Amino acid sequence: MRLPAAAWAFVAPATLVVGVFFVLPVLAGFALSVTDFDIYSLASLRNLRFVGIDNYLDLLGTPLFWQALGNTLYFVAVGVPLSIGLSLGCALLLHSRLARFQSFFRTALFAPVVTTLVAVAVVWRYLFQTRYGMVNHALAQAGIDPIDWLGDPHYAMPTIILLAVWKNFGYNMVILLANLQTIPDDIYAAARIDGASPLQQLWRITLPILQPTLILVGILTTAGYFQLFAEPYVLTQGGPLRSTVSVLYFMYEEGFKWWNFGTASTAAVLLFLLIFAVTRGLARLSGREAAA
Amino acid sequence: MDRLRAVLHVVPGMAFLAGGLLLLCAACTSPATDKQTLRFWAMGREGEVVSQLMPEFERRNPGIHVDVQQLPWTAAHEKLLTAFAADALPDVCQLGNTWIPEFAALDALAPLNSAVAHSKIVDAADYFPGIWETNTIGPALLGIPWYVDTRVLFYRKDLLARAGFDHPPRSWNEWEQALAAVKREAGPGKYAILLPINEFEPLLALGLQQRGPLLSDDGGHGRFSSPAFRRALDFYVRMFREQWAPSMQAGAISNVWTEFGRGYFSFYISGPWNIEEFKRRMPPEHRDDWMTAPLPGPDGPGASTAGGASLVIFRSAKRPDAAWRLIEYLSSTEVQVRFHALTGDLPPRRDPWRDPALSGDVYAKAFLDQLERARPTPKVPEWERIANEMQLAAEQVVAGKIDVDQATRVLDTRVDTILEKRRWMMARAKSQ
Repeated sequence: MRLPAAAWAFVAPATLVVGVFFVLPVLAGFALSVTDFDIYSLASLRNLRFVGIDNYLDLLGTPLFWQALGNTLYFVAVGVPLSIGLSLGCALLLHSRLARFQSFFRTALFAPVVTTLVAVAVVWRYLFQTRYGMVNHALAQAGIDPIDWLGDPHYAMPTIILLAVWKNFGYNMVILLANLQTIPDDIYAAARIDGASPLQQLWRITLPILQPTLILVGILTTAGYFQLFAEPYVLTQGGPLRSTVSVLYFMYEEGFKWWNFGTASTAAVLLFLLIFAVTRGLARLSGREAAA
Repeated sequence: MDRLRAVLHVVPGMAFLAGGLLLLCAACTSPATDKQTLRFWAMGREGEVVSQLMPEFERRNPGIHVDVQQLPWTAAHEKLLTAFAADALPDVCQLGNTWIPEFAALDALAPLNSAVAHSKIVDAADYFPGIWETNTIGPALLGIPWYVDTRVLFYRKDLLARAGFDHPPRSWNEWEQALAAVKREAGPGKYAILLPINEFEPLLALGLQQRGPLLSDDGGHGRFSSPAFRRALDFYVRMFREQWAPSMQAGAISNVWTEFGRGYFSFYISGPWNIEEFKRRMPPEHRDDWMTAPLPGPDGPGASTAGGASLVIFRSAKRPDAAWRLIEYLSSTEVQVRFHALTGDLPPRRDPWRDPALSGDVYAKAFLDQLERARPTPKVPEWERIANEMQLAAEQVVAGKIDVDQATRVLDTRVDTILEKRRWMMARAKSQ
């Protein structure tokens, strides 16, 4: 297909913007990842070395990078199902004919999405404070010893997951709810006449119809959760014992704290490849299922 | 997630802004007035109040107008580096003295040796030697100390007396006894000392008290597995093992002043800004129960860190002479005294300390004593990262993941990796 000149003229502004602000930086980032660009290189380009794939090899030999990768996978593996499960559950509840004050709850459950994370983090730090926090206070009523939520390496990541899930589930909930509302009632009526239990209706009607949306939501959430950064940044600064360092947090420290843009870009490229592979895998998996 | 996006947007944005400011200022000086505009960047609280000192300077120097721009500390480092890359640095600037090696590596700082040699106001001999030294790289003097920040011991007089001590500890030996006794009195759930596990300054001070250096002399290798540093780390870890210190992040303490007032801990290693804070925030019934003391050393009074900020002139400065006049003005005794009154910052030279405002402050006395024994950290641009790695290693030992031996060895390996580029550059410089 050949585009006439007029068409080029129409797409030129957008292409230019995308080119300058997206394609160029991405290429520059990739170029940086094969150099050791750092504070010395900023002084003089004579101090810049081309290192080929050394950055990649070094990074794969850095224990902290693997730890960051492990932390990120932990966050994704637990956080994504939890987040989508909660979204789906809340969407079903809100959609139920038995639910009262639907619009109130819809707004209330969506509220965390639009609140500022920094403000939320301040409140959460108080809630999860070891000695005076309300969470431990409530646990004490049930006879459970205080837990050092943000200071114990075993509990820090679960706390972060909790925060992220609470903060994000409302968004997916609204998408799923919108989809639920498009399902015609007569399908359910027909199912009831055939004697389908509510559980069967959910399994045989609701979920299959929601499937494309669920896949979309799943892919978006996975890609987003792989880029975990702000939660550990505001809540734990990667600690305790580096248990909440994510790949992106690692990259931020390398790049913007220590000015090793070479290593930071390498981490970025690797994270991109990982996200690409995982979301691609998810899409293909669901595609095969849909075909079957 | 959003934060990084914000950062990525801010960096080019800042370069843009800095460039814009440059244009703006080029425009604002162009009118036919013969006044020259001096651009001065200052950070945080100092940036807020320093403009109050400017009218007097402008009155004494009618030809100069000072344009003060305030930067928040959290954004200052990025902003300075982007301004450097964009060639938009100001004439004169406040710079944390641990940043000086970095900007020296960038060759961004103008040497001040000859200016000081001719100055009637800036007298090198009057400055505390450890602080002055943080501003020298080799033979070059690259900054003039503006205010100092060293760490001393804040302690509860009453709790120490209850444990049977009428004076603060002066050596590690006395300190250990005091810590053990205070902890015994305090009982379980309370502690003797607070050492936030994610703050490197206390351990760094203990490390600086040793005779051995932390890095090799050329700054190319770590020396953390030397007996000197291991002794410091041993002592640091012991304070946690004995339950004298709680293993806590700084963020886990909801309010240091309240907890200090409640006797949750009796010793706290901190800096000058906390004098005002403790005066203001201690609970009324314990208002006079605290004091400051120099840091105890392995045998007798020990060294501590030599932090603070300096005033520097950038090589790219358009008005270096006016910039130097501003530095002289801010370094003079009377302005230093006024500056202390405005900010609570401690002067880096001895003369202002004779003023009653400082010599009469019982809490400042320990700082004056400590400043004579302040020691600079190794002057390599990578230092801040190395100090961070040091603290991470210490945190692992405290958590019982590795022992001191392993930690110091791993730390040296990490530090050697971090310093690889520096070694390469030194080798290249030698071969040329």
